[in-house]
Amino acid sequence: MTEIIQKVKNLSIGFKSKKGEEILILRNISTNIKKGETVGIVGESGSGKSTLALAMMGYVKHGLFTIGGECEFNSSNLLKMKNRDLEKIRGRKIAMIPQNAGQALTPNLKIGYQIDEALQLHSDLKEEEREQKISELLNKVRLPSPETIALRYPHELSGGQQQRVAVAMALAGTPDLLLLDEPTTGLDVTTQAHVLELLNFIAKDTGTSMVYVSHDLGAIAQVSDRIIVMYSGEIVLEGPSRDILKKPIHPYTYGLLKSIPKLSLAGLPQSMPGSQPQPGTMHRGCSFFDRCDFSEEKCKNNSPQLEYLEELNTSVRCFNHKSLMNDSQVNQTVNKIKTSLQDKEILNLSEVSISYAKQKLLDQVLNRISDENPTVKDININIKKGETIALVGESGSGKSTILKSIAGLLRTKGGIIKFDRNRNLSSDLKERDPNDLRIIQLIFQNPDESLNPNHTVEEIIAQPLKLYFGLKGEQLKKNIIDLLQKVRLGEFYTSRYPRQLSGGEKQRVAVARAFAAKPDIILCDEVTSALDVSVQAAVLNLLQQLKEDFGTTYIFVSHDLAVVRAISDRVAVLYQGRLCEVGPSKDVYQFPSHPYTEVLLGAVLEPDPDIKPKLVAEDIVEEKPPQKGCSFQGRCSRILGDICKNEVPPWQITNSGNSIRCHIPLKELQKDQIN
Amino acid sequence: MKLDNIYQEEKKSNFAKVSEIIITMASRPSGFIGLSILIFHVILAFISPYIAPYDFKAINPTLMLQAPSAEYWFGTDDLGRDVFTRTILGGRTALTITFFGSLIALLWGGLLGIFCGLVGGKTDDIVMRIVDAFLSIPWILAMLLIVSLLGTSTEVLIPALGFFYGKGIVRVARAATHDVIAKDFIVSARARGHSNFSIIWNEIIPNVRDAILVEGAMRWSWMLLGFSSLSFLGFGVSPPTPDWGLMISNARGLMSFAYWSVIAPIVGLSSLIIGINLTADAFAKALGIDRSTKAPV
Repeated sequence: MTEIIQKVKNLSIGFKSKKGEEILILRNISTNIKKGETVGIVGESGSGKSTLALAMMGYVKHGLFTIGGECEFNSSNLLKMKNRDLEKIRGRKIAMIPQNAGQALTPNLKIGYQIDEALQLHSDLKEEEREQKISELLNKVRLPSPETIALRYPHELSGGQQQRVAVAMALAGTPDLLLLDEPTTGLDVTTQAHVLELLNFIAKDTGTSMVYVSHDLGAIAQVSDRIIVMYSGEIVLEGPSRDILKKPIHPYTYGLLKSIPKLSLAGLPQSMPGSQPQPGTMHRGCSFFDRCDFSEEKCKNNSPQLEYLEELNTSVRCFNHKSLMNDSQVNQTVNKIKTSLQDKEILNLSEVSISYAKQKLLDQVLNRISDENPTVKDININIKKGETIALVGESGSGKSTILKSIAGLLRTKGGIIKFDRNRNLSSDLKERDPNDLRIIQLIFQNPDESLNPNHTVEEIIAQPLKLYFGLKGEQLKKNIIDLLQKVRLGEFYTSRYPRQLSGGEKQRVAVARAFAAKPDIILCDEVTSALDVSVQAAVLNLLQQLKEDFGTTYIFVSHDLAVVRAISDRVAVLYQGRLCEVGPSKDVYQFPSHPYTEVLLGAVLEPDPDIKPKLVAEDIVEEKPPQKGCSFQGRCSRILGDICKNEVPPWQITNSGNSIRCHIPLKELQKDQIN
Repeated sequence: MKLDNIYQEEKKSNFAKVSEIIITMASRPSGFIGLSILIFHVILAFISPYIAPYDFKAINPTLMLQAPSAEYWFGTDDLGRDVFTRTILGGRTALTITFFGSLIALLWGGLLGIFCGLVGGKTDDIVMRIVDAFLSIPWILAMLLIVSLLGTSTEVLIPALGFFYGKGIVRVARAATHDVIAKDFIVSARARGHSNFSIIWNEIIPNVRDAILVEGAMRWSWMLLGFSSLSFLGFGVSPPTPDWGLMISNARGLMSFAYWSVIAPIVGLSSLIIGINLTADAFAKALGIDRSTKAPV
């Protein structure tokens, strides 16, 4: 039996409410971390996963306190230790890698200096040895030319590089246990895949135990040996990673796996009803009772205990796990999306280019925008009525920029945006008439920011109704309630403020506000990326239902290829503000692909230990699009030579009507990619 | 899941909101003390004409510089006037003028700040440079100039003080607006095509109101000190109207042998300023608590 390095025993952490009640965030958690294993802690926001990870290094957030139990490391309880003793353990024995490395690094100190600081604190090396160790560490996290990186400041590095530096700093004290709190959540898909691969390598190479906290089952699946699933402050399922992902015997995990969109499945995954109970609202019975498909009468009043199953080496908190065990696998069923595609063109972008360059004085006087190499260039898309078209790409690909220009929030440099074949939409908001503004509505990524915190739901939805239709009194009220019902919210929501709603409810209100204008086109900017997985599926299903009812056209921006696969009819892949590939979604997800699409598809993380990401290209970040030639030349692994650097590639059309912009002939692309 | 019952929260009336804030303020010791002092002064300002034991302008040379006694609680001044009478009456003018002055400061400073924050660009640049230019003029010199040109009437003092104390509020309101302006709900309102007026009124003001009100409350206490300084220099309230600044100025030469004639107005003035400051602090905290209702998960 392998050595246990961290032992969590009956741990409960909570806070005192204003009324003086104890409200539990973590309820009676017990688990062990063994030497050399990687444990993934997965759960939705508010499930207590970060609180647990922090407790493992003896830290309890301000406002929270330990109610009972202990965290034992090297047979001493971290939660009772004095700060001075904790200092000796933190960094040296237990290290933490934060979510946002950009904020965790001091902005005005050089990278090398910061790593040296960690070395001085956590090791006994002499000066010359430390010098060597710094480049050794930077090499280990695979940063190119460590000598130059060490002399840079954090802001001179990309997000992925910053995260690597954070890993290097954590490794400086050669810790026995590494805690990672959502280390890849803020990164681009390709970077994320690379960082995860690095973490896997480090775990094997150094034999460090890792605790990986994430909401993303896809990322967890790639790194962990064992998975702990948390729900509402409790462990509901704990066991070997493969078993949990292939044969989940807890209804929550089962539902969660079913609600994740996958690349291999076209169509919308089923959603889980309801939401996680807030801390302090728990009554008797199982905390998952309200959302469970397998619940029985006894689940209502008796809370199940965590039961250890010898034969599976798994602990589960459910009365009905046996019946789930027979249900051998997650049979994901999807709701096929219906397309009411009409042959009528609704929006046409031709030769659109957009520039963020600052205007020179002469240009300002002449009221023109001049930039030889604009951020977004040569965008030609025809959008048909009733279609869902997705714009896909990493950050900096210009997808949101294009959306802003369609909405009139950002002036274009050139090109024409035409509505309904004959109406030119000005790219300046002030020049559009109210009807032009009404037909295009926006839904934003983060409903916390898109809803005014000081307005009630009623006031929020009333705004477009008053502005566009001049509704008042009874009629206004009736319309608001109608809209709320359409987004599956009850009438009593009208008097609530956004802070009283859950993330999914807020996004529904935002959807209702967009539909209040009776728009023809809705621009969705990453609408599900701020939501939990189980809620994401529900919002996607709602959007699809509304689209079928109203015949609205969606322009859907996302970085998540699986979500895009689930909802869209057509996909446009963008790199550095230039189109790479446009086509029906079923064809874009098949070969031959543009080399960039291939990279993106390879990097998608699926919650399946058998599907490993394929890392095709380097995850370099390019600041600016190239002056001439193909936009992807800097990262392409299939680059042909000078032709790619000098000439803009032609559009090639596949048999199924998929357009790919590449110099490589389609046949060769297909041959290479399938191998 | 009956979260509904927990969140079932009726929309509160404005009165309920205000009283809730006041109760929160009074539940902290510092807020309670501040509020008590402020309320005491306001009530005193209203009732003092009716409870004053003597005539505030009755000069009696035989009673010059009497020490405090049962008859004259705070003693008498160099003209034989009762110091207690003059002290309880002395805050009325200052309180009234500075209260309305702060309102004017809040109004023009707040609105201009919000407008600049929203519009941005060249308009913002130009307006803010003008505000900066005014900020660099020592206010007391400018006030002396205005007062000596236009006189010391209330109609001159209120707008003049309001103008000079509003400049700082412009900056605060503009900064607060900048915090909300980048949020998506403003972008969303713009994209829908709301007018600037509608965006300011519906979207921005509810979100910056608190910050501006707190700033305004702070300005009130500063303005009180400023106004008393003017009186002290002889450019505020004109004699024989009782005023703390004026009383301190008159009696400062007698401090060594008739301390009572100067201590009473000093205590009056400083307690009011402390009261307003503590209240403003508690007000800010009460609003801050109201905003962070999220559980610390």
